[in-house]
Amino acid sequence: MSESYDVIIIGGGPAGLSAAYSAWENGAKKILVIERDRELGGILQQCIHNGFGLHHFKEELTGPGYAHRCMELIKDKPEIETLIDTMVLEITQDKTVVAVNPKKGLLELHAKTIILTMGCRERTRGAIRIPGERPAGVFTAGAAQRMVNMEGYLPGKKAVILGSGDIGLIMARRMSLEGCKVEAVLEICSFSNGLTRNIVQCLEDYDIPLYLSHTIVKIHGSERVTGVTVAKVDERMQPLPGTEFDIECDTVLLSVGLIPENELSRGLDLKMEPLTSGPVVDQRRETSKPGIFAAGNVVHVHDLVDFVSEEAEIAGKFAALTAQGMLEGELKHVEVTTGDGIRTCVPQRLSLPEEGETLRLFMRVGAPEQKVRLEVTSGDTLIVSKLLPFAKPSEMIALNLPAEKTKLISGDLKVALKREA
Amino acid sequence: MNCLREADVVVVGGGIMGTAVLRELSKYDLKSILVEKEPDLAMGTTKANSAILHAGFDAPNGSMKARMNVRGNTLYHILEDQLDLDIKWTGSLVVATSEEELATLRELLERGRKNGVGGLQILSAEEVLAKEPNLTKTVTGALWAPSAGVCWPFAAALSFARSAVQNGAEIFTDCRVEGIVVADGKVTGVKTSKGLIKTGLVINAAGLYADEVAKMAGDESFSIHPRKGEYILFDKTVADKMVNGIVFPTPNKTTKGVLVCTTTHGNTFIGPNAEDIEDKDDRAVTITGMDRIIASAKKLLPEIPLGAAITEFCGLRAASDSGDFIIGKSRVAGLLHAAGMQSPGLTAAPAVAEELARLVRELLPMVHLKKGFQSILPKKTVFHRLSRVKQAAAVQKNKLYGRVICRCETITEAEIVAAINESCGARTVDGVKRRTRAGMGRCQGGFCGPRVTQILARELGIPVTEVLKERADSHMFYEKEPAAGEEA
Amino acid sequence: MAVEKRALTCIVCPKGCAMTATITDGLMTELTGNSCPRGKKYAEEEILAPKRMLTSTVRVLNGELALLPVVSKSSLPKGRILACVEELRKITVLAPIAEGQVIVTNILGLGVDIVASRSMPAAEKD
Repeated sequence: MSESYDVIIIGGGPAGLSAAYSAWENGAKKILVIERDRELGGILQQCIHNGFGLHHFKEELTGPGYAHRCMELIKDKPEIETLIDTMVLEITQDKTVVAVNPKKGLLELHAKTIILTMGCRERTRGAIRIPGERPAGVFTAGAAQRMVNMEGYLPGKKAVILGSGDIGLIMARRMSLEGCKVEAVLEICSFSNGLTRNIVQCLEDYDIPLYLSHTIVKIHGSERVTGVTVAKVDERMQPLPGTEFDIECDTVLLSVGLIPENELSRGLDLKMEPLTSGPVVDQRRETSKPGIFAAGNVVHVHDLVDFVSEEAEIAGKFAALTAQGMLEGELKHVEVTTGDGIRTCVPQRLSLPEEGETLRLFMRVGAPEQKVRLEVTSGDTLIVSKLLPFAKPSEMIALNLPAEKTKLISGDLKVALKREA
Repeated sequence: MNCLREADVVVVGGGIMGTAVLRELSKYDLKSILVEKEPDLAMGTTKANSAILHAGFDAPNGSMKARMNVRGNTLYHILEDQLDLDIKWTGSLVVATSEEELATLRELLERGRKNGVGGLQILSAEEVLAKEPNLTKTVTGALWAPSAGVCWPFAAALSFARSAVQNGAEIFTDCRVEGIVVADGKVTGVKTSKGLIKTGLVINAAGLYADEVAKMAGDESFSIHPRKGEYILFDKTVADKMVNGIVFPTPNKTTKGVLVCTTTHGNTFIGPNAEDIEDKDDRAVTITGMDRIIASAKKLLPEIPLGAAITEFCGLRAASDSGDFIIGKSRVAGLLHAAGMQSPGLTAAPAVAEELARLVRELLPMVHLKKGFQSILPKKTVFHRLSRVKQAAAVQKNKLYGRVICRCETITEAEIVAAINESCGARTVDGVKRRTRAGMGRCQGGFCGPRVTQILARELGIPVTEVLKERADSHMFYEKEPAAGEEA
Repeated sequence: MAVEKRALTCIVCPKGCAMTATITDGLMTELTGNSCPRGKKYAEEEILAPKRMLTSTVRVLNGELALLPVVSKSSLPKGRILACVEELRKITVLAPIAEGQVIVTNILGLGVDIVASRSMPAAEKD
């Protein structure tokens, strides 16, 4: 099989499906979505809890419900093809996608434009160097979630969860409902990275203690986990001697962060950003390589799937327009830099036409903040400023820049927090 | 006790040493059996070590270690093709950062030449940095040994084992030696957890437990102490920030020191430390151990991307009280030792195997080389290493090559199924990992672990809840809670 | 007269005010720590009749997967969530299932249906 497409989308999760729909809406005639799993929908299929879609679909959905809405969008459109159970092995510089699938074998597919929507993966034990042996019973929260919600098995009977991000909190409730005793959730930071609603409804409802500024200093057991030693940490996140205590458990779930999955991007030699671990993109979600776009968690990890869809629609639109040769004309290129208080900002570059272009900046702060002013400046010109009553690192900030404002951008754009005196 | 088998030779221990001996014995007209207490081969010291095939300049002139090291290195160059071993002949550097250390290098060079190591050379600081640009700029020179390399130790042990089985040897796993029967000062059998094996010859390759096996026959001539070594393994994506080959610091009296080393699959590790401990089952990685190896490795490689660590592990070296290999006849007739096989034990293993086979022939003079010994092990298909054309052909022949299970290492379902169904096949999730590398990548089985569990269940015809990670009681998953009052 | 104090975290907005409610004979008589009226409304509800959405799974036969995710049509009394989960454990359904299909009508007489949160095609025969 060797075929040519206007747009090939790598990854059939919410980003890929939203990008496909948007590419279709914008006139692309031959679109292909490639998904490695046995069905479309991505990680949403295992996120059976609700709370998705309030922004994007204006109703509260479960993960599978959100995935279903995305799939409905691309259904029965002859211009959109999908391949499931298919792994992309390589993307070459000339936009040839080499993929493999049990039924169709090795595929070589050609694209005018490519959208990378591979999502992200979980950080594992190795990355955080937890001492101890390597028994069975240490899982990432997402792997456990898939087993519990899709495959029908329990990872254990008595669990400790490391990390209080939303996945960790959601799994604390899920495991409790399935009859597993969750002994504790540990968080190395002095604040939780999860939504308050999840702390209340996933932990407090089930009397699960949350230990802030605590971490696992040793995993016990050589065959199966038998327990963990926990210690309090200082401001530098170093364990404090003398504060250790043991918790008996047979399972440790790790919810210690997500990393964009960029193996294929690296193969393409795309310019990457160390802080997001994703490719550098402009406001159209085009990467450093013309015709290669990226959107969703592969660019930067999101907390709301709604924003993933939104970003993917942008990528889908501009990939489709590029494929149809509809984006001619000179563009002004500027960098987006981050200043005080802002850890990351996507896009990292802007490619603006003379008349400006409506765009949205997605940012994360470095630490919890209250009553700060978010300022976007270009040289001496203040482009936009917005008061933030509070900001948390775990909650992405979205800021609109209308075309008439982006028209004013003369040089590099800077986003920073300004603290009120 | 029921009689399980009768054999000419029983090899105790299924690590690199035991399997190398078994393969060597399988060249002869002998009934050879290997017994291993663990559910899989290569689960002890062979599983967690530096994976280096040393050139042979460390050991004192004229020592058994020196002879076996140099010969072993030569043999791996031959076995590489026959047994489809994954070896990268990278060469090794011993790096000096002072004048005194340079003097030590010159001693090593001299010693190495006397040991028969070819190609040794002292490199200037510029030459060293040309080879390894990320090393500390304080380097003053290095000893270059081109014949050193890195291998994949457990795959090597499995290849030895499978070659031996191909040539008629038999292997029992989950088969613990409980006693050695000695009558009139001569070995007559081995009592195992699976029954008695009648034999007149026992080869003790029991690694950390070699002293305990010897004791069972009444030989208390040596003891083995575990010496812990911890490692940190890094993602392939940072390989360009690390080293291209094997980089040792200049050794001191007790240890070769913490090294920075590439692996045969393109990862990098730092380690090991060396800590004498009591407990032969203590494989716990410690904070102090990790801190120590990071600090030591930084002296060689100042910028280590610690965030790219993918796993930490710990191995136990089997150190004998004499510090040398214990190879040869016990005072108990019919018992031969291949014990105390600490570094360079992995390199020496095939040479030690030759030596032991020679002793076996001395003891059993009627034994001859077997006709039709198959020296070549059929090559495994490693999908991601095939050309695109061959990949397409592989999927055509077996569609399971078209399903990638381990996405970090691009390991297909067909390779996993083959690893379960081949001789000495995998029975556990870690067994699959050791044979195929599924789960060895940056996600460490986070994604593929559950899928491998399901494939194992399907291929072995057992429920998912009975699949083990490694040893007994290391279950991966449990049944969900049934409704109250309902049968599970 | 029974008076108790209860700590609550407001979940109405991301600010997450730490509130303290005084409860007299089951009714909230005082609230401190809230920043807005929405917090008060939330606290009153949490004290008087806390409710939660329920998401879980039921077993499915002949489906592409072993489990079917389900969701309550609207929220359920918090105190009955575990009983509802126990009820769902008893249920096995047969694929194919359509998204939104009612799996349990009026669970435990609480007036809320449990519905499938995704469709589940029948397993493909190899």
